[in-house]
Amino acid sequence: MTVPSIHLRDLRKNFGATEIIRGVTLDVAGGERHALIGPNGAGKTTLFDLISGRLPLTAGEIFLDGTRIDGLPPHRINRLGLSRSFQITSIFHRLSVFENIRCSLLWNRGFRYSFWHSLGRERSLNDEAGRVLEELNLSPRRNLQAGLLSYAEQRALEIGMTIAGGANVILLDEPTSGMSNTETEFAVALIRRVTQGKTLLMVEHDMQVVFNLADTISVLVYGQVIASGPPATIRANRAVQEAYLGALAA
Amino acid sequence: MSDATRPRDSALIANRRRFQGLRAASPWLAVLAVAVLLPWLFYDYAHGRQNSFMISMFSQMGMMVIFALAFNMLMGEAGLMSFGHAAFFGFGGYCVAHFLNAAAEGDFPVPLELMPLAAGLSGLALAIVFGAMATKQRSTAFAMITFGIGQLMVTAALMFQHFFGGESGVSTDRQSAYSLLGINYAQGLEVYYLIVAWALIAALGMHYLTGTPLGRMANACRDNHERAQFMGYNPRMVRFLQFALSGFFAGVGGGLYAITYEIVTYDAVNLPLSGNALLMAYIGGVGTFTGPVLGAVLITAMQSGVSLMSNSWVIYVGVLFIIMVTFAPTGLTGIIKAHAPLARAGRLGRLVVPYLRLTSPGLMVVLGFVGLVEMLSFLTIGAAEGKRFNVLGLSPNLHASPPWLITAACLSIGAIWLRREARLFHRVWDTLMADLGPAGNR
Repeated sequence: MTVPSIHLRDLRKNFGATEIIRGVTLDVAGGERHALIGPNGAGKTTLFDLISGRLPLTAGEIFLDGTRIDGLPPHRINRLGLSRSFQITSIFHRLSVFENIRCSLLWNRGFRYSFWHSLGRERSLNDEAGRVLEELNLSPRRNLQAGLLSYAEQRALEIGMTIAGGANVILLDEPTSGMSNTETEFAVALIRRVTQGKTLLMVEHDMQVVFNLADTISVLVYGQVIASGPPATIRANRAVQEAYLGALAA
Repeated sequence: MSDATRPRDSALIANRRRFQGLRAASPWLAVLAVAVLLPWLFYDYAHGRQNSFMISMFSQMGMMVIFALAFNMLMGEAGLMSFGHAAFFGFGGYCVAHFLNAAAEGDFPVPLELMPLAAGLSGLALAIVFGAMATKQRSTAFAMITFGIGQLMVTAALMFQHFFGGESGVSTDRQSAYSLLGINYAQGLEVYYLIVAWALIAALGMHYLTGTPLGRMANACRDNHERAQFMGYNPRMVRFLQFALSGFFAGVGGGLYAITYEIVTYDAVNLPLSGNALLMAYIGGVGTFTGPVLGAVLITAMQSGVSLMSNSWVIYVGVLFIIMVTFAPTGLTGIIKAHAPLARAGRLGRLVVPYLRLTSPGLMVVLGFVGLVEMLSFLTIGAAEGKRFNVLGLSPNLHASPPWLITAACLSIGAIWLRREARLFHRVWDTLMADLGPAGNR
């Protein structure tokens, strides 16, 4: 059996006396598009924070492509090939749109903390950043301050910054939240394109997006995974219907 | 735009490169030309000698430009407020004073022209030590640590007499070191040109840094340090490297200070000097590279020029600082930049009348305020010095009420009038900006 991209073993997280994540065990296979759904407050974003190193765990183990990563700081985890986006847009608002993307390419391209390379002369890096902008439909906004982009454009930039670094495992936290139907359609197509051949774990509330994109769906309720499987199975699962989908269907 | 970035013809690219290179170099060449010619504008042709007051002021400006730019590597580029940056400036100065004294003994092989480099390396060494502590934190905690570092250096300068020379400082003689160029640096003008050369090198270096991966990640961490982590960067490392390099350039400035004044006292590491860097960067504008340069020139001119005319120049600098931070937090260069969209649209002319209307009330406020401060200062300091109060050939009696009433009225009427005009100005400005549409946001 091949090693899963992400392997969570009995993950637990307490905030004070409150248990938010109560023993999550989950495998995300390499190349899979995996959606994480569940009602508000189920702990989906917290789970992302644990995997990406933003928050320390209370107990459990996290493996990325077979390497144990729990306890590592976020930048170390990122260097091992895991990248995440944020539910609340997190960009460099005073830098240009182009600069936002270029910054997200830097580490992966081996520039590290260099203070001797002049970025203006790095042809292939700049071309690559330009290609990512093209992909995001943001080329006309290239020199605009990122903070001045429209909401949907900022969300697209957020996704772009997450995938630009070339990480193989992508965590997207509600990438389409707050978008109109057309914007959502564009975002879904974009996500499908840019995560080709990569492992995707995604929190999403829009069921249409979930059933459209995901190969596998896991349902998180009160800090526990109550079901995990292909969309058809999840749709038919009675516990899921009661806990979550049922509320929508009713 | 997208066509311009993908030109097909290689000759075209080469041409454009040459043109861009020239365009990028032209402001630097212009500043260099002005700096080189400046002393000759004040040359005393009647007596055939340089104006030593002006040369001394220009020299001071050169050092302060380096120092303010170094400070802004933290404040503007990395969003880190340092209250103790004079520590690295002064340490560079002390080290050069000792290097020169060692050269006098014959055992320091560095020529005078390279002493600022040695000072920079000293500043770098100290910044590595202190930076390792300070950059563990960011924002307010960082600022507090740098404040502590500033205090520590002042205390050390007064306590450890072997190195810092106590209150009398360390004296030296710049002619102890040999010169690569065969110049003996007996004249202020020669030292000034050395400062110009180093200020240019340092400014070019710091400008280059803004376009490197570290420089850009410093900006990124300033805007959103958390996101930078999820792109593989350790924000603490970014802060540390930026801090260390900033200490290097501050040290270069301090080295020039030691060479110019041939004495370094604890004033060179003291908190007022750190505060000066902050004033210069803010008044000039922390958001641009040229802001601190402009601020350093302006504040130094005020310190040297206005201090000749008035005892109260510190108050004027302070009030200017408060006004700038309150009404124009982007500084002078920020104000200038805000006009760029209008200038591009060719509508700058529409602001001439509104600006002119601001001048009369503005002048009244300034006159009223300066009048009050000067009269107060005369009563407390000037009278004790036995001076006579003299305005436009009149010598009003300051112990009677009329002069006070007139200046107070001038200030308050001016203030009310200025407010009305300012509101009007804002309305015109907003309409003009709205007419430009979203493109004006560029």
